[in-house]
Amino acid sequence: MSEIVLRADGVGKRFGGFTALSGVNLEVRAGERLGLIGPNGSGKSTFTNCLAGAFPSHDGGFTFKGQKLAGLKSHERARRGLARTFQLPRPFRGLSVFENIRVPLAYAGRHEATEERAMECLEAVELAGKAQRMPKELTQVELRRLELARATALKPELLIADEAMAGLSHAEVDQILALLFRLNAGGTTIIMIEHVMRAVTEFSQRLAVLVAGKKVADGDPRTVLSMPEVEEAYLGR
Amino acid sequence: MSDATLPAMPVFPAPRRMGHGAFWLACAVAALALIAVLRGIGSEYAYFAATFVLQYVVLATAWNILGGYAGYVNFGAAAFFAAGAYTTVAIGKALGLSLLPCIGFAALVGGALGLGTGLLTLRLRGAYFAIATLCLSVVLQTLVVNWNYVGGSRGAYVIRPRDIPWPFDTYSGYLCAVAVVLAAAAIAIARTIEKSRLGLGLAALRDDEQAAEAAGVPTLRLKLIATTISGAMMAVAGAPLPLLGSYVEPTSAFGLAYAVNAIAMPLIGGTASWAGPLIGAVLLSSLQQAATVTISSAANLLIVGVVLVVFVCAAPHGILGLFRKGGR
Repeated sequence: MSEIVLRADGVGKRFGGFTALSGVNLEVRAGERLGLIGPNGSGKSTFTNCLAGAFPSHDGGFTFKGQKLAGLKSHERARRGLARTFQLPRPFRGLSVFENIRVPLAYAGRHEATEERAMECLEAVELAGKAQRMPKELTQVELRRLELARATALKPELLIADEAMAGLSHAEVDQILALLFRLNAGGTTIIMIEHVMRAVTEFSQRLAVLVAGKKVADGDPRTVLSMPEVEEAYLGR
Repeated sequence: MSDATLPAMPVFPAPRRMGHGAFWLACAVAALALIAVLRGIGSEYAYFAATFVLQYVVLATAWNILGGYAGYVNFGAAAFFAAGAYTTVAIGKALGLSLLPCIGFAALVGGALGLGTGLLTLRLRGAYFAIATLCLSVVLQTLVVNWNYVGGSRGAYVIRPRDIPWPFDTYSGYLCAVAVVLAAAAIAIARTIEKSRLGLGLAALRDDEQAAEAAGVPTLRLKLIATTISGAMMAVAGAPLPLLGSYVEPTSAFGLAYAVNAIAMPLIGGTASWAGPLIGAVLLSSLQQAATVTISSAANLLIVGVVLVVFVCAAPHGILGLFRKGGR
């Protein structure tokens, strides 16, 4: 069995009096494809933000590749190989598609920041032909691909794809799925946070379910999706 | 056929640009040419008007490093400018040094002020950051008004040295040549930053700070570098001021005109490139100088206001934005 690349130990996060995450434990193994699901407001994005360093967690913490992440800023986590995408694409709108990829290449310092390397990243998401375009000229699915290309330019060991397929058509979901499968085949561990259940079940080797900030299930996708507490969370009593 | 299935472009994606060394050389040549032209004209007024315009080129270019490249609007430009002017007064009085070492000290003072301001305020964004920088100007002006050593509220007279550096025949000519060199250096520094890794990181954090962090950009460190460089350069812009008019007092040194012009000039020229503040500064300060001579200096801010309103409505990306594909 492959080594554990990420461990969350009792992660908790509060916003004033509201508890967004409470005692979340999770282990992710190298090369794994984990689906993290839950209804709206269940804490998936808060979990991502705590893991990526955008928010500090109030309780517990994360261990990535054997090192504690507490106290590390987002950019330091990114440089250690922890990449994320955002729910809504957040390109650098004043920079061209090519320059968007140059940013992580220039700053993450995980490999040579050459123009050839930037083009490789764009070719991997089939955006090489639009390298000199501005983000506002891209379609929604192209923006998603740009988001993924920017994350993969970090050469991550763990990628958190936060609702990378939201709002996409059936065919576009397939395009993004194919990209994620390719990345995973290249050795990248992927946590997919998604509401498109077809994509989640097709992609994930394992599913973890968050409900109201707590992990209620973790295991084989078919087993997890048939659990009464998961059905209840999605469909109600 | 969809774009997704198009083959990769066989050409290299980034257009080739002039290297840093070549650009610095071009700036040096342009500076020498401008000095030669001004010496050819040889009039005191030409020297004064050119120095007036060039001080704004430095100020606007410096402001744009933080305001344009990083997107942090600094309303305290007058504070940095005045800090440079009063550094010249204080150092000149205390150590008897000439203008050039005073400019060096002004850069140190402005840089330290920029770094300190950055440490205190850079966790703020938008209007909160802008208001904090405005406060800096008020605090610093109050300090200077109550500092008798540099003249307090009465102001300070600064006598121009009798010895005029070779090869200049008047001190105004020398001051103007210094202003040309400072402007050329400011433009070269701004362009070097813009085309460097630092400029790329600043552009990323300007667009989306959280996304920039997620891409590995140390946003706080970059912002501190930008405030320090911008502060140092704005102070350098103000350093020759006491010698330009032989007198400096707090109300004019901390004047609204400097704060407004420092913002308006890059906005009118275009904030995304080093050329924007240059174009905006030359255009606006020339207009103001012409208005001062033909109408009244009181019309200056009115001109700035009218031109700014026109550009904000008609060309929100400035003059450069009108010529750039995609409104970049």
